[in-house]
Amino acid sequence: MTDKKNNYKAWLYLSPALVLLLIFSFYPLINTFRMAFLNGYNGLAIVGGETFEFGIENFKTVIGNVDFKQYLKNTVLLCVITVPISTALALLIAVALNSIKPLQKVYQTVFFLPYVTNSIAIGMVFNAMFTRVGVGDLIETQGIINNIIGIFGISPVNFVNNGSTWGANMFVVCTYIIWHALPFKILVLMGGLQNVNKQYYEAAKIDATSKARTFFRITVPLVSPMLAYVIITSFIGGFKEYSSIVGIFGETMGPAGSSGQMNTIVGYVYNMLPKSNLGNASAASLILFAIILVVTAINGYVSSKKVHY
Amino acid sequence: MKIVLQNVTKAFPNRNKKIKEEVIAVDGLNFEIPDGKLVGLLGPSGCGKSTTLYMICGLQKPTKGKIFFGEKEVTHLEPEHRGVGLVFQNYALYPHLTVKQNILFPLQNLKGEQKMSKQEMLEKAVAAAKLVQIDELMDRKPSELSGGQQQRVAIARALVKEPRVLLLDEPLSNLDARLRLQTREEIRRIQRETGVTTVFVTHDQEEAMSISDIIVVMKEGVVQQIGKPQNVYDDPCNLFVAKFLGTPPINVFDGKIEDGMLKIGDEEIMALPGQQDRPVHVAIRPEGFIPCEDGAFSGILRNIEVMGRDCSVILENEKCQKETVRAIVDSGIDIKHDATGRVRFNIKKNKVFVFEAETELRINVEG
Repeated sequence: MTDKKNNYKAWLYLSPALVLLLIFSFYPLINTFRMAFLNGYNGLAIVGGETFEFGIENFKTVIGNVDFKQYLKNTVLLCVITVPISTALALLIAVALNSIKPLQKVYQTVFFLPYVTNSIAIGMVFNAMFTRVGVGDLIETQGIINNIIGIFGISPVNFVNNGSTWGANMFVVCTYIIWHALPFKILVLMGGLQNVNKQYYEAAKIDATSKARTFFRITVPLVSPMLAYVIITSFIGGFKEYSSIVGIFGETMGPAGSSGQMNTIVGYVYNMLPKSNLGNASAASLILFAIILVVTAINGYVSSKKVHY
Repeated sequence: MKIVLQNVTKAFPNRNKKIKEEVIAVDGLNFEIPDGKLVGLLGPSGCGKSTTLYMICGLQKPTKGKIFFGEKEVTHLEPEHRGVGLVFQNYALYPHLTVKQNILFPLQNLKGEQKMSKQEMLEKAVAAAKLVQIDELMDRKPSELSGGQQQRVAIARALVKEPRVLLLDEPLSNLDARLRLQTREEIRRIQRETGVTTVFVTHDQEEAMSISDIIVVMKEGVVQQIGKPQNVYDDPCNLFVAKFLGTPPINVFDGKIEDGMLKIGDEEIMALPGQQDRPVHVAIRPEGFIPCEDGAFSGILRNIEVMGRDCSVILENEKCQKETVRAIVDSGIDIKHDATGRVRFNIKKNKVFVFEAETELRINVEG
């Protein structure tokens, strides 16, 4: 293997993968850095042969942008709200599913359906469920959610339509994300649970351990590697949230007439592209990259203290 | 506290759902475990001994029959209310907790009047750890312990809540031979010190014989014989028990009773007056052979294995149900064979057991 003559063979065999990686991964990655640090870069050569100056103007523009601040707030809030709730729910459902014998496979399939369904399609269904069209008492049409809360005598809420509040929008988006995130987490956690030796539970039972204590002192620690994995990946996914909002609101990234009040960082990046603001788009993606890096590092640090491998 | 099993039966549904017939794991078990004794449940794998243990601790419920702890019926009592300590075959120590936390775990579950202060719990845990001599390993994780140490932690965890009954499921099967010897003496010592009624399951007859006050020999869910180890060894009630106890195993021959004589082939082993002529199984313990030039029994010498204190003489005898016969004699004795390669032995009468050919039940030769 150390024979240097034959090294070219190794490179030859690696070349298909390397070439593809170089073209589609490494080059775009490096180019993003380049674009982000070229002031006002727009992808077009400047008339008169001028070049873009090296600097941090793009970052200044992005951070100074009022919309970007709103989007950053949206993104962070979505993460902070949905990740813990969906993880906790997924764990509870996984434990419940794991403890039933009949119909376990059926339930598993049902819970897994959202994972294989197109997120835009689900978003549109969510929009239909939460919709309410009309002015004041003159309601033309409303979705199932407003019908249900109407049964309890609560007046209809404008969740997603023109003039709806940011809070109502947030509620719908969070519900969507939590629901959509469940299947994958349930699957991973169930895998973890099924690997837990049943004898730990028998030992706990003989020692008269309460259900709650068994859950927190045995189940959670023993699936903690899976939990850590699920939490880290869902934070990463959460910061890149985009398609759910497109699904619910369309490309306006918010109810009509709200100038994209539910938009996220990735949404901002996409917004910048058609405006030939490649510099700003790159800077925003690098900021997102930095945020995810920091959050993942924190996650990694916490799990190294708390996770029992 | 004594444990009484009355007609305890456990049936499992057949794995193949088309077959209605249930699998009987334990069939009509009747026995009493006296207070403060160490009882070994002994049998080959699949004989229902672990199921019996799990029924005593409550993780499995009998299909029929009753279980009593002392005078109180516990048949339908949940395991957590039975006050038993169980040591699992692979110990089932919580891998994410330290030794100390593992031992404390059962104490932290106590509620109501039994609830203890942290100080009390710690004292108890340390006392239990001292009993099994692991008090120096309290801050280790189970993965940082050897098999024998894990075993001790498991025993400490089972004992710390002062159970009325200690149950051990194949406690030594995961240990190497030397450690097994040491640990079984340890179990014996701990049982003596605490005086807790102890039931342990094993398929290793040597293990059971060496430390039990009473052994219960089981086969296919049915108790074969109950008694003190030596008594069961010296007086097996059927061929299975005779074969199962003793290392090296007993030698079984196709024999016959003819004219009041017990014969293996044409060799007359001993007189059996008043017995009908019939084919029988003759079983002779390896230590029942005394080399003697005009002895009653003979075999073709195959090999001699010298083991220091004594030696095994490996013989061939056409009537033996296995290929070779193994006799254990003192190593000082010179084994001489005649011109045909045969060695002759006298047979100790109390080391010979005779069983019916069909039922394999013991034939009482004294009467």
